[in-house]
Amino acid sequence: MMSASQPQTPGCVDERIERASPLTALMRRPELGAVAGLILVTAFFLVFANASMFTLAGVMNFLVPAAQLGILAIGAALLMIGGEFDLSLGSMVAFAGFVFAAALVVWNLPVPLAILAAFAVALAVGFTNAQIVLRTGLPSFIVTLAFLFILRGLTLVGLKWASGGATQLRGVKDVVADSIVARLFSGSLGEAPFRWLAARGLIDSFPNGLPKVEGIPVVIVWFSALALLATWLLVRTRFGNWIYAVGGDAGAARNSGVPVERVKTILFIGTACCATLVAILTVLDAGSTDARRGFQKEFEAIIAAVIGGCLLTGGYGSAIGAFFGSIIFGLVLIGLTYTSIDQDWYLVFLGGMLLVAVIFNNVIRKRATGERS
Amino acid sequence: MTEQMVPLIEVRDLVKRFGSVIALNGVSMTVHAGEVLCLLGDNGAGKSTLIKTLSGVHPHTAGAFLVNGESRHFSGPRDAMAAGIATVYQDLAMIPLLSITRNFFMGREPLKGRGPFRQLDLAQADAVTRREMQRIGIDVRDPQQAVGTLSGGERQCVAIARAVYFGAKVLILDEPTSALGVTQTAMVLTYIDRVRREGIGVIFITHNVRHAYAVGDRFTILNRGQTLGTFAKDAIAMDALYDLMAGGKPLQRFNEGPDDGTAAVSETGLPRARTAPTALAHV
Repeated sequence: MMSASQPQTPGCVDERIERASPLTALMRRPELGAVAGLILVTAFFLVFANASMFTLAGVMNFLVPAAQLGILAIGAALLMIGGEFDLSLGSMVAFAGFVFAAALVVWNLPVPLAILAAFAVALAVGFTNAQIVLRTGLPSFIVTLAFLFILRGLTLVGLKWASGGATQLRGVKDVVADSIVARLFSGSLGEAPFRWLAARGLIDSFPNGLPKVEGIPVVIVWFSALALLATWLLVRTRFGNWIYAVGGDAGAARNSGVPVERVKTILFIGTACCATLVAILTVLDAGSTDARRGFQKEFEAIIAAVIGGCLLTGGYGSAIGAFFGSIIFGLVLIGLTYTSIDQDWYLVFLGGMLLVAVIFNNVIRKRATGERS
Repeated sequence: MTEQMVPLIEVRDLVKRFGSVIALNGVSMTVHAGEVLCLLGDNGAGKSTLIKTLSGVHPHTAGAFLVNGESRHFSGPRDAMAAGIATVYQDLAMIPLLSITRNFFMGREPLKGRGPFRQLDLAQADAVTRREMQRIGIDVRDPQQAVGTLSGGERQCVAIARAVYFGAKVLILDEPTSALGVTQTAMVLTYIDRVRREGIGVIFITHNVRHAYAVGDRFTILNRGQTLGTFAKDAIAMDALYDLMAGGKPLQRFNEGPDDGTAAVSETGLPRARTAPTALAHV
């Protein structure tokens, strides 16, 4: 509409270049692959899975693990667009879980302070990761791989110290029972409307009239809110432009006056905070924490981000893509239990999906940018 | 014409040392508004160091550096930019995967709204980008298209247009034509000419004398960290410029036959041509 109102100088139109069709414009969206994948996977389970998978309870069932992964994937996606990796993400979940649980159970801190303590640790870890990467110029892949082990080890040592020899720390539920702040990170939202809907028979209910699904699990709300926030940040804000810039070419960004170091440091802190948020949500949900929390989540988060259109080389991708990528994960992980297919096919799917996504992204990127190889 | 005016940039006996390495050892040059000063020099002559010193990346070690007649010591590229000195590096500071608009405004994004809801004014950014591109005769099909889809010459022009739009008074162009074909080079040189007519001082760094001669008003020759002199266009011929760039020694011409008159194949059986690049390398 804009070009119509602008006077065109006919002499400069290069007849060899076609105008971008709406289809090309659509192909240029990084999240296209994830949306296509989601449609495909949903269609597959609509055909092959037990019909109960797509009831309200079934949907919540696969959205919860999707959301837990998705919060990490959104953080990972922003960092990847910014040109870096964080392999310590999964270990950070365990470490933050330990700090949070220990603050509650061992030091008897009130819930808000325990949350603050966990995020303070996230800030410190993210900052450390970033500073080592930026000052040494080493690939973040290696630096955060080191922290994958360091944080997992510290969690084990810490848990043994806090629990007197076990790798699990229990008793969180009792301590937070009457905390209002904890309600922000556990349980469900919208319980009253769900009861109202159940009473009128609009959603499935138990014989006693209570809804089978109490409400929207709070983790899904966090996941959705974060996806929206990250998308707005990327597409509509100056900081978002800087994320793309530092990931696309840090030198060019620096020459244009973008504070590259600050942007990358904030992104590393962001992923660590995402890990901490997942830790708090899952620890409150389970009432305990253990050393295996978040195990291998760094890889799943990166895969979800790649499915969502992020390039391994940085500078391209989207947060909403990572959102859809995570839902694909949840669908397959839980969906297989609704079919007669052995659940261990999940891992095969994971690897296959990653390969397809990477190949697809490469093709799309070349088409989008007109890059000739 | 411009001799009475205060030059936009003037450096006298500029020295830059990196530890024990003397990169610039007495460079003098001036650039006025509305002229193209070509900085000619072979590889290693100190062109890059001089650009980086002028654009505030490296502080100079000794000598005078005046902007608008005032002595300056830049503490960083932002300082130089604030003084109206814009540098277009060879990598153009452009990100191929980002849109033209986002590249155009990278680091200087227009914002709207307030507080935590402050966001990019994309409509305004697109409109400005489209208008600026049209002014230089590039029809941007869609300002949201990736810079990677533009040709090399178009990219160079976008980078220059960006610098001009953001208020450059002096434009430093680092080898803007080095990787371009004939048509693309013509496009960039034409645009440099337009920028000059808008009253901007241009420092055009190149080792291509032909390109320099096409748009340059004056030529400053740099050799081994020193200026060999500055010449107005009507005072020097292209051949003389070539020779000066080579450090005062006349350049061996490719079309000259072997002066020793030996056979075309040496005793070792290798073609004589094998020795020619070595001979040139000493020039």
